[in-house]
Formats: sequence, C-alpha cells, structure tokens
Amino acid sequence: MIVRRLVRLLDSRLRLSAPVRRAMAKVFPDHWTFMFGEIALYSFVALVLTGTFLALFFEPSTTDRVYHGSYQPLHGKTISAAYASTVELSFDVRAGLLVRQAHHWAALVFIGAILLHLARIFFTGAFRKPREINWLVGVTMLTLALLNGFTGYSMPDDLLSGTGLRIAYSVVESIPLLGGWLAFLLFGGEFPADQTVPRMFFAHVFLVPAALAGLITLHMLILVRQKHSQFPAPGRNEHNVVGSRLWPSYTLRTLALFAAVLAVTFALGGLFQINPVWIYGPYDPARATSPAQPDWYVAWEEGALRLFPAADFRIFGYLVPSPFFPGVVLGALTFLALYAWPFLEARVTGERTAHQLLDRPRDHPARLGVGVAALLFYSVLVGAAADDVFARLLRVPVTSLVWTFRFLALGLPLAGGMLAYYLARALRAGSAPEFAELTRADLHRGAKDDRVPGDGDGPPAARIEVWQEFGLVWRWRYVEPTGGAKDLELTSNIDYPSEQEAAKAARAAYPGVPIGPGRPPPGLELPAAPATRRLGGPLARVFRLAAWLVVLRAVRRSRSR
Amino acid sequence: MNGHRRRHIRRAELAAAGAFLLAALGAVGFAVGYAFGAQTQLEGVALAVACAGSAAGLGIGARRLGPAGGHVEEHGGFASPELAAEALADRVTEPGRGWRRGVLVRLLGLAVGSIGLALLFPLRSLIAPRLPGPTHTLRHTPWRSGGLRLVDTTGRPVRADEVTGNDIVVVYPEGHVGAGDAPAFVVRLDPSRFSARPPAAGVGGIVAYSLLCTHAGCAVGLYEQGTGQMFCPCHQSVFDLLAGARPVAGPASRPLPGLPITVDSSGFLRATGDFSSPPGPGYWSRP
Ligand code: HEM
Ligand code: FES
Repeated sequence: MIVRRLVRLLDSRLRLSAPVRRAMAKVFPDHWTFMFGEIALYSFVALVLTGTFLALFFEPSTTDRVYHGSYQPLHGKTISAAYASTVELSFDVRAGLLVRQAHHWAALVFIGAILLHLARIFFTGAFRKPREINWLVGVTMLTLALLNGFTGYSMPDDLLSGTGLRIAYSVVESIPLLGGWLAFLLFGGEFPADQTVPRMFFAHVFLVPAALAGLITLHMLILVRQKHSQFPAPGRNEHNVVGSRLWPSYTLRTLALFAAVLAVTFALGGLFQINPVWIYGPYDPARATSPAQPDWYVAWEEGALRLFPAADFRIFGYLVPSPFFPGVVLGALTFLALYAWPFLEARVTGERTAHQLLDRPRDHPARLGVGVAALLFYSVLVGAAADDVFARLLRVPVTSLVWTFRFLALGLPLAGGMLAYYLARALRAGSAPEFAELTRADLHRGAKDDRVPGDGDGPPAARIEVWQEFGLVWRWRYVEPTGGAKDLELTSNIDYPSEQEAAKAARAAYPGVPIGPGRPPPGLELPAAPATRRLGGPLARVFRLAAWLVVLRAVRRSRSR
Repeated sequence: MNGHRRRHIRRAELAAAGAFLLAALGAVGFAVGYAFGAQTQLEGVALAVACAGSAAGLGIGARRLGPAGGHVEEHGGFASPELAAEALADRVTEPGRGWRRGVLVRLLGLAVGSIGLALLFPLRSLIAPRLPGPTHTLRHTPWRSGGLRLVDTTGRPVRADEVTGNDIVVVYPEGHVGAGDAPAFVVRLDPSRFSARPPAAGVGGIVAYSLLCTHAGCAVGLYEQGTGQMFCPCHQSVFDLLAGARPVAGPASRPLPGLPITVDSSGFLRATGDFSSPPGPGYWSRP
C-alpha cells in the first residue's frame, strides 16, 4: 500500500509511468558470461564502501612519528605516519583489519572480473561495430583499475610495497628524454619523496575512483542505448534481444549477485590474511625483502623485468636503460594493442556491418588464436615474477629458470595459439557440438578448412501471435516449433495500446515471420466486451479503466488465495 | 494452478524466508561481535553470512517467479535513417558555416588551445620549484660534501677495524641516515683475489659501494662471502665485488658505483667524495 502511494506520489510530479515501465521491461540476455561485468561493477561498489571507511583512518604522510599502538614488536619505534596508521587500522581500530583485508580482496576480485569480462567481450566479438566505443571505455577502465590497485597497494609505506614503488619509479625514470622530469612530476622528487604518498592518496581515493565512476556511468548508458548483444539461438536474430525482463526477475537475480559478491568479499577479508604489512616492516631504502612478489595484476610487469636481459645502450651519448623495454614499451604496446584491436580486426577482415549476434569463439579461429596466445604470454610473465620462489622449491639455480621462462614466454604462446587456431577450425568445419566430441575427420576438415554445410532446412515454421489482455492492452509472442513436445515461446516484453503497434514491434523483432491472432496465456482470458470496444471517446476509456481495475483485483485475489 | 507447482512455490517461499532470517542473524552476530571486540575471522564470517543469506533469499525469490528468460524485445537498430543523420550533421555544423564564421571557430579553437597550454605551466610547481631539477639531483648524493664519516643504520660511526670479510656493513653518510640515494656498504676483501681494480679508493682490503641496484634501485642486500658476490633480491642481478662490482648475471647492466674512502686519525672510515657514478637505476642524461 505504501509503495503504491509512493509510486502515485512520484508519478503525479514526474510523469514516470511510460519511461519507467519501458525501463522495467528491458530485456537482459540470460548467459552466465554476462555476469562478469556485473561482478566487476559490484566489487567496485564494495571497494568504495570499504575504502571510505579506511580513508577515515589512514594518514597519508611519510612524516615520522612514534608508534604507540598495540602491536608489540613496533612499540616505541619511529615510523612514518602512513605505516603507523595502517598498523593501527589493523590492530587498534575495531573491525579495521576486516575492512582492510576485505578492501584488498575486493580489489583482486575487481580486476579479476574485469579481465574475465574483457575475455568474454574479446572471444565473442562483442567489441565489433557498434560497440567499439564501449570497448575503448572498457580498456580505459582497466588501466585505471590497475593504476588504482597499484597506488592503493603502495600507500602504506611498508617494505614490500616500497620496494615495488622503487621499481616503478625506476621504470618511469628509464623513459628517454623525459624520464627524470616525469618521475619528479609524478612522485614529487627524488625517490623516496615526501610528496609521493599524499599524491598517491589523492589519486587513489578521489581522482581515479571519480574517473571510474564516470566511465562506468558512460559504459552503462551506452550499453542501454545499444542494448545487450546475444548468442545465436532459436528465436534470436540481429533485430531483437531475448532473455529476462529487468523487473522483477533480473532485478532479483542481480541483487542476489551483489549480495553474493559482498559475501565473498567479507568471507575472504575475514578468513584469509592478505598484505600483513606489520610483518614486512616499514620501508627502508637499505633493505629489501626476499622473496618479493607483487599482487598478481602487476606481476606480468615484474616478470618481464626479470626476463628481459641486460641491454642498456646509448643514443648520442644518452642512456636508454634496459627496464625501459619490459617496463614501458611492453605496457604501452599491451594497451595500444587492446585499444586498437576492434579497428585492426575490422581492417583485416573487412567486416564493417553492425552486429547484434555474438560469435562463438570457434567462429573466428584467428581471433581465438591471438587471444589464447596473449593469455599464455602474460601468464608466463606472471609465473616468471615468482622465479625465485620456483627456484627455491625446485632447488635449481634462478638463472636456468630465467632461461626456461624466456623460452616459455616465446614458445608457449606460439604453440598454444596455433593449437587453438586449428581446434577452432576443426570445430567450425565439423559438426561436433563440443570440444570433447571432436573426431579425427573434423581435424582433417579443419586443417583444410572445408566446412560441412549447415542443415539448411530453410526458415523454421515460426509464427507471431498477437492477442488482447483484459480487453485493454495488446501483446505478442513468437512461437517456433522445436520438434519436441513444447514449442519455443517468447513473449513481448511490454504491452501495447493497439493491435497495430503490437504487430509493428513484432515485425521489427522478426522481419518476415507471419503474424496472426493468438490466445492470451491461461488466467488472463477475458471475454471481450464488444460494447466498450464500439464506444469511442473519454467515456470508453473510463469504462475500460474501471474494467481493468476490477479484473486486476480479481486476479490478485485469486492468486493470493 | 496445479497442486504440484503450488507445493513447489510453498517450499521455495519457506527456503527464502529461512535465508532472510539467517541474513538478519548474521547482521546481529556482526553487531554483537563488534561490540565485544570479536576476532576478525568471526566478524568476517558474520558479515558474510548476512550477505550470503540475502543473496540466497533473493536468488530463491527470483526462481519462485518461474524460469528465467522467455521474453523478447525488438531492437530498433543502431543508426538513424540516412536523412536523419544528415540533418543532425547539418544542424551541428551550422554555426561554423560561411567564411567568417569558419575563421571565428578556428580562432576560438586557438584561444581555448592557448589557455589549455598555459594551464600546463603550473605543473612545474609539482616538481619542488625551489630545488634543483632531476638532472642535478639524480647525479649527486649527500656524500658529495666529502669528509663525511660512514655511520651504520643506527647512526653510529664505523671503524675500519670493525669491518670484516664475513658480511657487509650497510652505511650512510653521517647526518643523512635513511637518505634514499646514499645507502652504501663496506666489506673487507682479499686484494690478491681482485680481477679488476675497484672503481674508487679503498682502505687496505676494505671496499665501499652503493647499495642500490643499477637495474631498478632495490637494495642489493645479500652477500656471499665465498664468491665475493652481491645478489639483488628483486630481479636476481649478481655483482662481482672481486671484479669492480661488475654485473655478472641478471638484468643489471652497469657495475655498482664505488665510494672513495679513507681512515681518519681516530680509525673511523670517511668518504672523500661522491660515488664514482650516479647510484641506482639508469636514466637518459646519466653520464
Ligand atoms: C570497471 C570495469 C568494468 C565494469 C564495471 C564493466 C561493466 C559492464 C557491465 C555490467 C556490462 C553489461 C553486462 C555484460 O555484458 O557483461 C558491460 C558490457 C560491456 N563491456 Fe564492460 N565493464 C568493465 C570493463 C570493461 C572492459 C575492460 C571492456 C573491454 C575492453 C569492456 C567492454 C564492454 C562491452 C563491449 C560491453 C557490451 C557487451 C555486450 O553488449 O555484449 N568493459 N560492462
Ligand atoms: S633491481 Fe636489482 S635486479 Fe632489478
């Protein structure tokens, strides 16, 4: 009752009915891979919530002060305010450690979800026209997410992250011509500069999150404007979207996902220790931890720094230090390639039409091969970032492991990419629905790329049915015989004021499918009242409204019984 | 509605109700745990139960509404009809049409561009305007003033006879403990094993080098006495102290800079000047 009154109250001021009803009827495709973007979104919310709490206690300054908190080993020591306040957050602020660890875990989930989301967009070709803009927005969000992860990780001024910061500084310093100036500009002076932590703090809690929030908004606006893409299936084509409506089923499910993301965040934050800075100790330029591994999402850079050989050289007497190549060039090429991919692919394939239906990964073997190769390359780099750990476990010298990883970094992507390419061709050429059902004949056919022609039994005997509900509104449904006991039935997401408009929408969604009258679903039948239909003008409208209300009441009462 | 489906819904409703109750219990558990200063693990689990209960209740609620999917929405297409798109382009470019207006638009661009460029200048303030720029700062360290005693990390001056061959001693210039570009180490070596002369003057067998790795600036912390080698824990560069701290493995390209030292009349080690080359990682204008 309260909700009803609230709706009326708002509508009488904002004329909400039409736009909100249309928004609530928006159709979302049902496929589990579409959840990665949402998980990224909800872990961003979790980050903002937990981060706000942390920001109220963290002191962004490297000014020294004496620690008096309850962590005994540091008692009475002179340490930076940033480090001291992080240790105090962990031991003296109630629930502080939980929130700190939940925040760190949420960051890992955030970036993991973004990467899975990116992979789904990539392998299904969702970035093709008209969705290139959202791809660009997405890559930008990925860079910002990585940046925010790194600044957040570096702020506590502990030994582990300080070492990482030192390396990052050296990488910036290595840029030809500008390196020194750029490093001073970003970090505020020679390493370790007093300005660095306050600057990272401002970027981490304000600049980057605000930019991310803005870009997420843009991402969603574009998504709504363009509508979701969908995988090909019966009833789905380039002119429609098939799935669940926003209200109520999708809303409930996505809220459930939100709560689940929060549950995982807090469970991880409560049960699994992460970044125990009090164990690492405060940053000290004369000390370094060993072994030292950064968070996994920057580990590819760390691995590249370990694998790239000593290769300093000079141009006109000026030095180009070797970290420039793994540190700057590799990162720049990575993101350049990501930004450019949709346009490169369009140029190579000559494909410039707009797409509503997604590819299956196998439909595009070259893209699959490149993607698999890239994934393998960066995975090897992440592995190489732990080469000292592997060396200790395997009792082999690090130098021989470095050589192994160098070969893997070049060979594995090549081999894996080729394999993916040929398997995709075999899947595409043959008739095996799944990888596990590939036959030798499929492999042969794939190698020669002669594809088995499709079933080609012409358009299915599908039809559109239009009907009237409560003698008031019109709906339509798409019916396609499946050969099984039940036909495929898809109902229009919204109702229409006239039969013509319903038919028009149906024709837009299924061009060429014959339209005829149909019966309303059971429970919504009502003998049409011919008298009201013949009446025109306001009187008829009042009458129809009254009839509708009566029927709605009756239906609701019968349902609740 | 048939009985089977009704029973099914009934059961789903009960399950959802249970889940929401569990969620409320979890929330209460967290609040109570917080009030009594419970362990992080308990607080985390309680919050997780609260969220997971809500998730389960909502998920079951969604199932109760019946299977997902089953709806279709028409897609109006991505682009406007050709004429409409043309009309929009016309409308947008209208103010710039005609010779004078075209010039004006360009001049406006010039004005805005100049303002943007001018606003870049205050960026210089971010690089400590009263201090020397990177070219100078990166090259010099506090050791430059010469004659500074070598002190250990607690600030105590180091005597020549305390330096052994067993392990390195990390040193700073007196009065500059903790300075980022200054950390160095001293160690005693057998000069007869040198295959190359150290880059800076030593005292008997005592040599002093920058502690900062020439690859990316980590502290080169691990000394192996038998081989006279220093290891960097960051990317495993190895420097051979018997060969002038030349890099012999890993990604570092340049030797560790040496620090010229002497012994003063009271037996303390003193530096006679700055490192033999700028310490730490390389940069464009590094000599
Ligand atoms: C901050 C990180 C991000 C968030 C919160 C986010 C969120 C979302 C959500 C919720 C959707 C709709 C559901 C889905 O299709 O999964 C979506 C769609 C999309 N995203 Fe992202 N995303 C992020 C990063 C990225 C990245 C890194 C890329 C690619 C480089 C990307 C490209 C796209 C594209 C092209 C679509 C439209 C997909 C379609 O209609 O099929 N996004 N995003
Ligand atoms: S910093 Fe020493 S090897 Fe990279």
